[in-house]
Amino acid sequence: MSLINKFRIKSIHMKKTILFCFLFFALKICDAQETFPVNGAWDIRPGQYAFTNGTIVSSADQTINGGTLLVKDRIIEAVGKDIPIPKGYTVVNLQGKFIYPGLIDAYSTYGMPEQPRQAFGAGGFGGRTIVPVSTKPGAYGWNESIKPEMNAKTVFHGDAVKSEDLKKNGFSTVQSLIHDGIARGTSVVVSLGDERDNLVMLNDQAAAHYSFNKGTAATNYPSSLMGSIALLRQTYYDAQWYKTQKGEYNISLDEFNRTQNLPQIFEVTDPQSILRADKIAKEFGRHYIYKTDGQEYQRIAAIKATGSEFIIPINFPEPYDVEDPMDARSIKYEQLKNWELAPTNPGALEKAGVKFAITSFGLTNARDFWTNIRSAITSGLSEKQALNSLTTIPAEMLGVADKVGTLTKGKLASFIITSGDLFKPDNIIYENWTEGRQYVVSKMNVADLRGNYLINGTGFANTSLIINGTPGAYEVSIKRSGVDSTRTRGTITRAGDRVSIYFDYKKNPEGIIRLSGYIASVSPVTLKGDAVFPDGSLSKWTATFTGAAPPSRSPQDSPKPNASVGPVIYPFTAFGNTEIPKSETVLLKNGTVWTNEKDGILKNTDVLIENGKIKAVGKNLSSAGAKVIDATGKHISAGIVDEHSHIAATGGINEGTQSVTSEVRIADVIDAEDINLYRQLAGGVTTSHILHGSANAIGGQTQLIKHRWGMLPEEIKFAGSDGFIKFALGENVKGSNNGAPANNAALRFPQTRMGVEEVYIDAFTRAKEYKAARAVKGSTTRRDLELDALVEILDNKRFITCHSYVQSEINMLMHVADSMGFRINTFTHILEGYKVADKMKAHNIAGSTFSDWWAYKSEVAEAIPYNGKLMHEVGLVTGFNSDDAEMARRLNQEAGKAVTYGHMSEEDALKLVTLNPAKMMHVDNRIGSIKPGKDADIVLWSADPLSVYAVAEKTFVDGVLYWDIEKDAEKQKALAADEGRIIQKMLEAKSKGAATQRPTATRRRLYECESVEEDNFVVADDYTEMERAKEAARQARDRNEQ
Amino acid sequence: MKKTILSLGGLLLGISFSYGQANISPAKPQAKPVVITGATIHVGNGQVINNGYITFVKGKITGVGEGAAPNVADADVIDATGKQVYPGFIAPMTTLGLVEVEEGARGTVDDTETGDLNPHVRSLVAYNTDSKVIPTVRSNGILLAQPTPNGGVISGESSVVQLDAWNWEDAAYKKDIAIHLNWPTAAVGGRERRGAVPVPGVVQETPAQRAQKKVDEITSLFEQAKSYAEITKPSVTNIRFEAMKGLFNGTKKLFIIADNAKEIGQAVTFSKRFGISAVIVGGKESYLVTDLLRENNVPVIIRETQALPDRDEDDVYLPYKLPKLLQDGGVLYGLTGTGFWRQRNLPFEAGQAVGYGLTKEQALSMITMNNAKILGIDKTTGTLETGKDANLFISKGDALDMIGLDVETAFIQGRNINLDNLHKQLYKKFSDKYGLKL
Repeated sequence: MSLINKFRIKSIHMKKTILFCFLFFALKICDAQETFPVNGAWDIRPGQYAFTNGTIVSSADQTINGGTLLVKDRIIEAVGKDIPIPKGYTVVNLQGKFIYPGLIDAYSTYGMPEQPRQAFGAGGFGGRTIVPVSTKPGAYGWNESIKPEMNAKTVFHGDAVKSEDLKKNGFSTVQSLIHDGIARGTSVVVSLGDERDNLVMLNDQAAAHYSFNKGTAATNYPSSLMGSIALLRQTYYDAQWYKTQKGEYNISLDEFNRTQNLPQIFEVTDPQSILRADKIAKEFGRHYIYKTDGQEYQRIAAIKATGSEFIIPINFPEPYDVEDPMDARSIKYEQLKNWELAPTNPGALEKAGVKFAITSFGLTNARDFWTNIRSAITSGLSEKQALNSLTTIPAEMLGVADKVGTLTKGKLASFIITSGDLFKPDNIIYENWTEGRQYVVSKMNVADLRGNYLINGTGFANTSLIINGTPGAYEVSIKRSGVDSTRTRGTITRAGDRVSIYFDYKKNPEGIIRLSGYIASVSPVTLKGDAVFPDGSLSKWTATFTGAAPPSRSPQDSPKPNASVGPVIYPFTAFGNTEIPKSETVLLKNGTVWTNEKDGILKNTDVLIENGKIKAVGKNLSSAGAKVIDATGKHISAGIVDEHSHIAATGGINEGTQSVTSEVRIADVIDAEDINLYRQLAGGVTTSHILHGSANAIGGQTQLIKHRWGMLPEEIKFAGSDGFIKFALGENVKGSNNGAPANNAALRFPQTRMGVEEVYIDAFTRAKEYKAARAVKGSTTRRDLELDALVEILDNKRFITCHSYVQSEINMLMHVADSMGFRINTFTHILEGYKVADKMKAHNIAGSTFSDWWAYKSEVAEAIPYNGKLMHEVGLVTGFNSDDAEMARRLNQEAGKAVTYGHMSEEDALKLVTLNPAKMMHVDNRIGSIKPGKDADIVLWSADPLSVYAVAEKTFVDGVLYWDIEKDAEKQKALAADEGRIIQKMLEAKSKGAATQRPTATRRRLYECESVEEDNFVVADDYTEMERAKEAARQARDRNEQ
Repeated sequence: MKKTILSLGGLLLGISFSYGQANISPAKPQAKPVVITGATIHVGNGQVINNGYITFVKGKITGVGEGAAPNVADADVIDATGKQVYPGFIAPMTTLGLVEVEEGARGTVDDTETGDLNPHVRSLVAYNTDSKVIPTVRSNGILLAQPTPNGGVISGESSVVQLDAWNWEDAAYKKDIAIHLNWPTAAVGGRERRGAVPVPGVVQETPAQRAQKKVDEITSLFEQAKSYAEITKPSVTNIRFEAMKGLFNGTKKLFIIADNAKEIGQAVTFSKRFGISAVIVGGKESYLVTDLLRENNVPVIIRETQALPDRDEDDVYLPYKLPKLLQDGGVLYGLTGTGFWRQRNLPFEAGQAVGYGLTKEQALSMITMNNAKILGIDKTTGTLETGKDANLFISKGDALDMIGLDVETAFIQGRNINLDNLHKQLYKKFSDKYGLKL
């Protein structure tokens, strides 16, 4: 008996429960861990092995048939053909078997301590606790989510239990990181050997890690995605500044600088998230490797254009339960499509020539790893790429290519022994050697017990035994035919030559029947032994092989068939386009044209659109090759412009954790896939001003967008428009409606309108001093993005739109602006604008209001629907805005209410939602009227656009027909058909035994001014818990008040 | 001391916020007959009378027809040539008069009682005739409303009021007509939309199981209430069950808030089992179960047309099209529009459906005749027909359209009501300040 077998037997004795012969090999062979004392005699062994006659796949590029692999202790001594085997080597004959390099999991938290979950008391409404700066003791940075000082090497501790799942899948090496925070510190690369931590470290500073998620940080800021981005951006500047200054000692910034030369790995989610991170990379000259959520196929060209490398998961979604058509309605179309297309992701990246590693991170069940790899292969991934993505690519990314990744002389002896081609469904991984240490996954060279057997013995009349599954994981069932016919599943345990089986017929007899036996002969297999029945009676049994067993219906053995899959659509959501619509030459004939110019409303007039611009307006126009649309009886207007919108932004629209957050930018968080972009096109909206919320006095920077449905976030931005910023006054800023404070001392300043003024005075005073300090030659004043934005305001390079309600505070801000030397561009909402219209006029400030909103809180008690009319009459540039995804698509009707209340002329009324907001946004030279040379943002209405009866039939943006009521009808049909097709596929998958998930569709979050995203964004998983906490707080408050 | 200051503050706020303008008084009873001539009369039942007349005496309509009006002695004659006459709009399911300021002034909020089962709680007594909001809604032609309690499982009972009154007693048009039930929902997308983190050792209830449990509880409650209703003289009086008696003898309807098609189905079956006259409120997915609703004569009060679809996959115009889908499905449907102050937009919410399939007169019926039928007040109002109350108004233009609505004169039970309101007064005040001639 070989040495190895001796060890195995020893192991068997050591382990109490050995289910599938997973043998541990905990003995030290040759530790060379010199600093550690030894209890007893030293036991240093040579650890010399020769693996012969196997097919050695030393890398994806090289396969050696009948080769030899020589291992000495931890190192590969030689690999190749015809290698002489020196004396003193244990020979392992691998005839018919394969050797592969041990796999590398490029992303894991193996051996890392559990992260505490964020405490809930800290968040929520009612009784919010203020944590303005870090609570972490020590000379660290101000924000707990920036923790570059965290080094995985200092907390790593191998975990024999968790390493098993990885080793069974063939991994011998992993990157391990602290999965918490925005700057997460450095990671390690370790071997999965079950050895002392000192012995498994391959790279103790493998990479520096980042994400957008603040994780467990208690610091309130950031509460939004844009806050996370702003914080990271500021940290880059702070770290640069830190190098040049002597006054502050800050471990976090120091470590941040120190880790910049490591590979930089950024955990992101969907493609838009990748592009967000990539903007930061380009801004700071960084090169990130992206760990994604596996949906890159949705925007493959943009992904390729980042020029980055990727670490992708293969946690493909399970099919949904779709039997109940009513319940199935709550599954989103993109969820259906992603179920179908996610397995194509690795193949799509390969085809695009993107370099990527594959990780098992994110799999709920480690057993799905190979199923999903095979599924990816049937969906287009090549085996060669798969192997590279699991070996050489991660090895290079993580700086361990000299140690692992290929079977090469001098590298670590980390390899796996398999029954055949690693990627074939019937492959078995037998052994996983990590740094020369053996781990047996499934015993080699033992009889395969799979088969049909006939059992003989008292109590086993007409009984057969079926063993299938895999040699590592047998499945067993017992079938009794005849009068008492029944079939039941049993449990089998094998330890070497011994087997034990138990099962329960449920009746005749009821109770568990236990069999204990041994392999009496191997070819064919015969099992013999003793049986114990529920009543305690004993008998002998013999199981004789009668033939091969049918394959078990285990889903992991049947990769999802790669039949035809649907196309990728842009955006990847309902009503996405299979192709992005193009600009056309269009002639709208014989309509009523609301020019918004001095010509007024022209009847029987044509509009010609060409190259995205309005080419001509007039009678009897013609143009060769133009698509002619008959507008007889219809109306043509400029596209609707919404001055105040919160759609198409993600991760929260309020960074309300501080009273001044001018550093955050909506531009960073544009979501070009928001269905409301499309819905509002269906209401004639072509341009929207996406604002920060109103939770604080100085909010974030805003972004003007066009509704270019299907384009990328950067592509929907209104190029060349002036920068704006959101300010806010009143109840929201004071936190009036956030519930009863738990503790007056712990509230965010301000709580009164008195305090609001001082926030502005303080902020602009600091900004002026900052500007002066920065202007000094050779200044080392730290660059502060918050103050930069305020300086831009002072320099007339950034413009204010200020959420406002009552006249006192409006008056106040005009005074502050005068005294501090800045200008207010627009008062938005401005429901009491009619009370101070004369003062606004004197300051040349525009008013963007609601048509008729009031009574929803105290500060709108005197809001009147005549406000717009009065401001207009006093001579202000006046507009109506939505602040609401629903109202936005009826802004034409809201303008109509200026006719209801105050009898404004129809011509002027339409300007409230077109030309006037364009003026407020300084883009009236581009949009807002129908004039040759302006952007072809045009709506074709079925009736007078101010009328409740008007339907937007066609909406053009830059001459592109993004909304067409007729095409929409076709899209609806196609959508229903495609949903039906995918659901059929899911039903098939389920009937084949695939696990399913319950539909748990999430609704898109709709934002308005007061939306505070804090907790949902920070820990999305805890949403329910948070809602409950909020509800509990609300009830507690109600009780207190009763 | 602190408490005193707070209540004093509350009192001051109360004075400035909660009470109607002292200069807008309820109208006196109709003294003289009124004859409106030359108008386009929208009857409310789909019929339009061009160049029509309408006469009413002592609050009741005495004649409606085409051409010259019959001679009515001592009548006030209103020449409405080129103008439109409509039945007063009816706003069901509203918090008008129950809430003055939605947020930040809890003292003005009286629509949600604590507890889950409040069939005995009556909205009528909390209806504040002096709300400043009421005149702003009334001046857009909404003349009747159903102030309705919210919250819990059974929220309470509602009455119908007319919107020109000194106090709630005067206002009551039909008392305690309905009990309001929030049907338990298992729909994903609600509060428990994202999977809760499983607690080890605790079997997770699915939303469907949780909802079913609640349905079982409600069923048990109704069984007991029904048995109680059969007792002529109970030994112990249960005021909840007393309030519910009307459900079983046909004097009260059960308004069930349900949006999801499955749950609407459950609610219909439930009401049928107890022989209750039910109304579905909300009914976002009612278009999926029109056969069921029609066959069981269960009407739907649509919450709003001016809404977003629930699902990204829905027709972008689905809420606009819902009335037409119910019309085609043969279901009786009304419309509420949400909230209280926003209900001045009720005509526009109705008009919204016209661009998406409904005729203008069908849209009008939705907020007049249909709402009256659903509330059980169609014998006296909802259409302009002889014998009914003179609840009507004259608009210069199309009242369902924002560029047409312009209410010149309105009558409730024949009383010529004051159409002034806070907003008009502030408009005038500041027009004067700026010297504008409007």
